[in-house]
Amino acid sequence: MLNNYRPDLNSFLIWLVAILVAVLPIMMLWEIARDGLPHLTLSFLLDEPSNAGRSGGIFPMLVSTFWILGVCLLAVIPIGLGCALYLSECIQAENPIARWVGLSLDVLSGVPSIVFGLFGYAIFALHLGLGFSIVSGGLSLACMVLPLFIRTTEHALRSSPPAYRQAAEALNLSFLGFVARILIPSASRGIAVALIISIGRALAETAVLIFTAGYVTRMPSSLSDSGRALSVHIYDLSMNVSGGQNNAAATALVLVIFIILINIFAHRMSRRWQT
Amino acid sequence: MFKYMRQSNEIEQIFTTINTSAISISIKNVDVRYNNVAVIEGVNLDVPAGQVTALVGPSGCGKSSLLTCINRMTDTVAHCQVSGEILVGSDNILHTKTDLGILRRKVGMVFQQPNPFPLSIFENIRFPLKEHGMRDEKSISEIVETVLTQVGLWDEVKDRLKTNALQLSGGQQQRLCIARCLALKPEVILFDEPCSALDPVSSTTVEKLIKGLTPDYTVLMVTHNLAQARRIADHVAVCWMQSGAGCIIESGDTESIFERSIHPITQAFCKGDQG
Amino acid sequence: MRTNRFVQISLKVSALLAASVLLFILYFLVQESIPLIKTLGMSAFFQGGWYPLEGEYSLTPMLLGSLYVAIGALALAAPLGIVVAIFGQFYAPVLLGKVYRGMVELLSGIPSVVYGFWGLTVLVPWITYWVPPGTSVLAGIIVLAMMVLPLVVLTADSAISSVPRNYIRSAQALGLARWGIIYRLVLPVALPGILSGIMLQSGRALGETMAVLMVTGNVVQLPEGLFKPVRTLTANIALEMAYAVDSHRIALFISGLLLLLMTVLIVSIAHYLKGRRFA
Repeated sequence: MLNNYRPDLNSFLIWLVAILVAVLPIMMLWEIARDGLPHLTLSFLLDEPSNAGRSGGIFPMLVSTFWILGVCLLAVIPIGLGCALYLSECIQAENPIARWVGLSLDVLSGVPSIVFGLFGYAIFALHLGLGFSIVSGGLSLACMVLPLFIRTTEHALRSSPPAYRQAAEALNLSFLGFVARILIPSASRGIAVALIISIGRALAETAVLIFTAGYVTRMPSSLSDSGRALSVHIYDLSMNVSGGQNNAAATALVLVIFIILINIFAHRMSRRWQT
Repeated sequence: MFKYMRQSNEIEQIFTTINTSAISISIKNVDVRYNNVAVIEGVNLDVPAGQVTALVGPSGCGKSSLLTCINRMTDTVAHCQVSGEILVGSDNILHTKTDLGILRRKVGMVFQQPNPFPLSIFENIRFPLKEHGMRDEKSISEIVETVLTQVGLWDEVKDRLKTNALQLSGGQQQRLCIARCLALKPEVILFDEPCSALDPVSSTTVEKLIKGLTPDYTVLMVTHNLAQARRIADHVAVCWMQSGAGCIIESGDTESIFERSIHPITQAFCKGDQG
Repeated sequence: MRTNRFVQISLKVSALLAASVLLFILYFLVQESIPLIKTLGMSAFFQGGWYPLEGEYSLTPMLLGSLYVAIGALALAAPLGIVVAIFGQFYAPVLLGKVYRGMVELLSGIPSVVYGFWGLTVLVPWITYWVPPGTSVLAGIIVLAMMVLPLVVLTADSAISSVPRNYIRSAQALGLARWGIIYRLVLPVALPGILSGIMLQSGRALGETMAVLMVTGNVVQLPEGLFKPVRTLTANIALEMAYAVDSHRIALFISGLLLLLMTVLIVSIAHYLKGRRFA
């Protein structure tokens, strides 16, 4: 709101900084597009990788990523929705339980991803004997994504007009009926936003999956089979496979495009929700 | 769990018999405290059955707080204590063993801001009926038509019962809220400044509606509009702040309050000198 | 509202389950780490060098590596991020501001491997051209700063947005200069939120694994300079976990525990900062 002032030295410096800071990231995105686009063909998306991934495609990785996301969401949505409902509908903010849950989730959202990888490896892969599998990867990812989903969903639920609660109270409706028929539908856009940004976060993760979902490049045959996610593939191709740069760039491009689409989707949803 | 389920034919009976007796309310020595600060103190009031009683007074003297005691909506407010006795009919509803389900069916409430649910018009009435145990769809449809006719909405909306209630105008929404309340066959209806959010034309419609509710229902209406009280109330109770908390300084039938009041404050208030 | 016991209980259970994930992790890491801590004592992990095959498990080289890279990245990203946030709110025309905000949101979602990949294929060769080898602390700092910057901008932006517009309007009505208003009025009020955001990002910086792994060279040594390679705690775990056995593996769990405890500390400080108000 302060933008109709005459330019001065300060504003010149600030503009300079703003422009310079934008240079590197834009350059990064452009280079990924430039290097990856030539290799981004339909067969790339649909073929199996060959020659350790230097040639061929990424189809098994797409499938694995999809399944890992699925397991993750299957775990996150019920627990996350339940927790968010509990925090927004059942207890007051000053209640010590609410504060403890809130603090625990805040700390959890700051924990480094490799620690989730370690934890997931020890608990899911070893202790529970699930081994390197899509299930291990999905569950470890779920632990990581949970705080984000809960915080965003809770925000959506709290934004529902209090008038509905009052009317429901005065009519002595059941809690379940109110939540199912009125609260959740009215907060549905916000919950969709929560879902979408959780998916975005999950897609971007690598360190969690290396020790849980594994490295294998073949098509996973079941949920207990190991599978390589897209992000892990980029890592492997750029670090461990000489000559894998091109396909790494193409895979990175695919991932970035997914993220862009998710971002646009979330924006659309949240704009319509907030009006 | 079975305590909460009632026999369905008992429900059908409640809803299909005509309400033959509106009941009176007797408020005895009621205090309401929020966080230990008294909002109203020592309130005594008799609300006669089958008539419209208006609760008037300047803003802040606790009229709405008094109203919300009667259907125990004060239970939902944190740190709120209510003491004294409120007899609805012959039962003291402040007693801890009161069944809130039965109370809130007997005592309905219409709020200042119209608050229909974000559902269709039909569903706004059907949903509370189902929640209170009604199963027969045919009875439900009949009741919907009956109450919508009672509030004068039937002709306006009969062709669009499935459209979203939020698309109705303010006055129509408020009438829908009244219809929703009537569907549960209450004996008392509490109105909290029902017309203050409406335009003058809709106000007049709703006022006529409220007047027409007698003698089948007992109406207790909070309003800060003296002219409105004069128009539609049979009884008036005047609230005022005394020693930091609200109380009733005078009550009686409309004519005597406005023409021949005893209390000096009432005289001044009704003439518009104070408040 | 009529409550259903079953529904209430299941909601409470989900909340407690979500809250106890952290406790599980903490408990589990401690449980795994205790045997080695009992045998070697706490100081063993901070003295000497990291020679796991010979039984030396000092975390110091990696800890210092993590700290150098993280602090360097924050030193770069924090001021720049605040400037960009100010730019977006007060200097840019409305449309450009929206574009910047959109870009920043997009960048904050880009996976760390993508940053790492770019770092490896573009930044490292570029640094090699000037001072070989390219994989170095500097590369780590630059890449990490690029990752942390969007988040600093987002939190600073929301802290600045919550400064009441009336303050600014009254300052304008008094004829104060733009930079003066920003520097003396907006920033002090927004400072707790901004600092708390930076604190949280420092947690992210310390915890980042993939990008730094790909560009810092991963040589275990005490950081010797901006252009020398290092290995961070996080990269260490990622690289060695695959083949570590027995005590070596436990040492890796201990480094994970160290990271976890640092996170708890940082988040608590960030929480505390959020509650303060600088009038």
